[in-house]
Amino acid sequence: MLSAVTFAPLAGALVIILFKMFSRAEDSAFIEKNARGVALLTTLVTFALSIMVLIQFDPQNPGFQMVEYVPWFTELGMGYRMGVDGLSVLFVLLTAFLMPIAILASWKVEKRVADYMIAFLLLETLMIGVFCALDIVLFYIFFEGGLIPMFLIIGVWGGANRVYAAFKFFLYTLLGSVLMLVAMVFMYLQAGTTNIEVLLATPFAAEVQTWLWLAFFASFAVKMPMWPVHTWLPDAHVEAPTAGSVILASVLLKMGGYGFLRFSIPMFPDATAYFTPLVFTLSVIAIIYTSLVAFRQTDIKKLIAYSSIAHMGLVTMGLFALTELGVQGAIFQMLSHGIVAGALFLAVGVIYDRMHTREIAFYGGLVHRMPVYAAILALFSLANIGLPGTSGFVGEIMAMIGTFQVSTWAAAGAAIGVILSAVYMLTAYRNLVLGDLTNPKLAEINDMNIREWAIFMPLIIVTLVLGFFSTLITDVTAASVEQLLSNYQAALAASAQ
Amino acid sequence: MNLSTLTAEYMLFAPEIVLALGAMGLLMLGVFVRDQDKAAAFVAPLTAGLLVAAALVAALMVPGEGGQAFSGAFVFDPLALFAKVAIFGAAAIALLFAVPYLIAERLAKFEYFVLIALAALGMSMMVSANDLISMYMGVELQSLALYVLAAFNRDSLRASEAGLKYFVLGALSSGLLLYGASLVYGFTGATGFNEIAIASASGEVSIGLLFGLVFMICGLAFKVSAAPFHMWTPDVYEGSPTPVTAFFATAPKLAAIVLLARILLEPFGAMTDQWQQVITAIAILSMAVGAFGALTQNNIKRLMAYSSIGNMGYALVAIAAGTATGLWALLAFMILYIISLIAAFGVMLSMRTSEGMVEQVEDLAGLAQSRPGLAWTMTGAMFSIGGLPFLVGFFGKLFILYAALQAGLVFLPIALVLFSVVAAYYYLRIVRVMWFSDPVVTFIGPSATTAVITNVAGIATAALVIVAPVLFYLAQNSGFGPL
Repeated sequence: MLSAVTFAPLAGALVIILFKMFSRAEDSAFIEKNARGVALLTTLVTFALSIMVLIQFDPQNPGFQMVEYVPWFTELGMGYRMGVDGLSVLFVLLTAFLMPIAILASWKVEKRVADYMIAFLLLETLMIGVFCALDIVLFYIFFEGGLIPMFLIIGVWGGANRVYAAFKFFLYTLLGSVLMLVAMVFMYLQAGTTNIEVLLATPFAAEVQTWLWLAFFASFAVKMPMWPVHTWLPDAHVEAPTAGSVILASVLLKMGGYGFLRFSIPMFPDATAYFTPLVFTLSVIAIIYTSLVAFRQTDIKKLIAYSSIAHMGLVTMGLFALTELGVQGAIFQMLSHGIVAGALFLAVGVIYDRMHTREIAFYGGLVHRMPVYAAILALFSLANIGLPGTSGFVGEIMAMIGTFQVSTWAAAGAAIGVILSAVYMLTAYRNLVLGDLTNPKLAEINDMNIREWAIFMPLIIVTLVLGFFSTLITDVTAASVEQLLSNYQAALAASAQ
Repeated sequence: MNLSTLTAEYMLFAPEIVLALGAMGLLMLGVFVRDQDKAAAFVAPLTAGLLVAAALVAALMVPGEGGQAFSGAFVFDPLALFAKVAIFGAAAIALLFAVPYLIAERLAKFEYFVLIALAALGMSMMVSANDLISMYMGVELQSLALYVLAAFNRDSLRASEAGLKYFVLGALSSGLLLYGASLVYGFTGATGFNEIAIASASGEVSIGLLFGLVFMICGLAFKVSAAPFHMWTPDVYEGSPTPVTAFFATAPKLAAIVLLARILLEPFGAMTDQWQQVITAIAILSMAVGAFGALTQNNIKRLMAYSSIGNMGYALVAIAAGTATGLWALLAFMILYIISLIAAFGVMLSMRTSEGMVEQVEDLAGLAQSRPGLAWTMTGAMFSIGGLPFLVGFFGKLFILYAALQAGLVFLPIALVLFSVVAAYYYLRIVRVMWFSDPVVTFIGPSATTAVITNVAGIATAALVIVAPVLFYLAQNSGFGPL
């Protein structure tokens, strides 16, 4: 079942590749045209499959479910193992949910459509694989493999400075990840297996944990991204095409947080306890500093990118608070941010498609020509600030209360960040949408069409529903989070003796 | 010695006999054909067939348990078998690559193919050498054939220069090797690896023996183009005809590295502590030269030369582990690397415009639009050589990391991954040129055989589920053999 979800997009990509390879030159226009349809259909099927996974999923069971195993390099203790638990199942769903939206948002791409769709479908397989893999080598293959399609997406279909951004993205993340690979091989030599389930139950010596934790941290902190290794993100976001930004913000960034949950915290509890002050410090700096930076941006996409870094700071803080509320809140915040940040990038895409600029100063008074757009942008801006009634509020408040229980000053820093987020989001909103329509080039701009409606509708529904019915998520994650924390406390108690 | 033991010994030597007799026969055949173009046209497939036959003989006819022949001067074991099959296969592919190229460049002479067969014979001797004398014979036989191949386009100034450079520096390295071998003989009183192993394991290590070992490592480092003995590589790679470069990059590298591994692990297996430092230094230097040297190269063959220096650095990390695990990691790495190289060189051989071959990186511009099949293959090959996951090259690196960490080395694996990030830059550069730019020149299509080999190798770089485990099992069985 999980393999089906993971590899369904790859099958779609192969279909497009085969058609492309075995077609005559005069058929290429036909293939380019229909690649969109194939990709949309594939992603919808994947989404349907992921819903079936969620139906089969038993939220009461904290362990791994739907485990699949195929022997693969068994002499090395490796294997093809897939499975989900409460921590990962919702990320699978999030990825599968956002992909059809990303494909729909790319409907206007005219340049090398077939290649574009192949890259996105390949990326979907790799992203879902990250959340399903139960073997560290398999995890690494999916985790690192995602760089290749993303590199092509930014580099081929990106903006003016795309080459620089693509290289920076690739090399930055690769440098972070290779140390994790060394750490993974070392863990295997210690434990004799690469099975994540077994590794979770393997205690590592305290001084070994410190080094392993740092190696994993190097990878996940870059991916997250945490201050001060966040500088690749604004470049990548600004230059990526709209759908690329959506996937980058909504799913790729979540891999870092998921990595902390899956590896750093449960496998190296002593090191986690030791480094928690470091993570809190970096998170508070990230929240306050990047919020201030966001305020000064003139490019809308950059503004949202910095806002993403600030929100991810809140996530790391919640995760390392290691209270039930904090971890639950962090997961909630990751999912909510996936929806909200994705929607904001899509909203930028709507006006960018029309005017081909992202300068905030270019716009102003859009409400007169695009009232519906103004309303939708208002909703997601407020959700990004964390207004009650939207999904953004639930995650933020939970993560903050969870942090408050262990560290008052860190929670205070996070609260300042929330205030600052209101400052920059509302300022940007005013400059974009409100006021008089002064720029004559905007006089003919049109409101959203049906395709854009179809893109935003599901996102609006999910944002509001999660804002009111937060138990939809917390019920799924509760059992696994509880187990994570009780194991963590038990490991700390054991090593304290 | 009675007749049956003699036949048994000759059976171990059967692949070499097939190759030697076959190469001589083809030489005669070629000489007696009046039309040189025609001679080349039918010697080429015959030589490819000969190489395949030798590989089959090695795999099927030689007794599976192997053994030693000629008073221990020659050994046939799983390691030798694995290396031989790989060498013959790589040589046959390099040969098939060469045919359309040579015809187009008006270089089609049948000696080319016979030289490849003789070089393969030399390499086959190298990987089976169990004595200083048979080792030197093998090394010289392959080197002499390669010198001629490098200068095969004798009317080209660059090719002649490459051949001459290769010859002078190669002769120097052979001298170093020979000097080292004579020192080893002088201080152990034996040329056989079995006897040297006993002598080096007994008690104090004499300074003379150590000197001999270091000289031998230097001589062989030349052959694998490891820094600081790499100076010839970029010039020879660039100057030689492209199919010759494709041959240089694959089979001879494998033969030399297997020979180096055998010498270090078998006769000098007891002196691991001594040679490990030397190999570590060479490995780090090679990785550094390979990573930084290639950054500014514009000629793709030169770039691949630096890439190969860097990759030999990774391979030396596996040898530095000094264990059986290190050996199979080395074999698995090399074979996956060679598969990726075949794909890459297949694409380079397809870089032919209506005005002739081009070899600048920029000439690949827009390949993803003009020839998507080649572009996908080259992308797979580059990411695979760069060792990025979901391509098979990743497993080669993974196994090396595993072997090195298992042997207790910590600094080397970390250096390896960090240098691989630097190296990723220039592989990405090639991908960038192919995907991000618009086409400038259009290539006329590759020949049918080149296209098939290239695409199969290209698919293999991505089909890790099928390729990697199979080669892993083969490499593991061979790697555990001799230790």
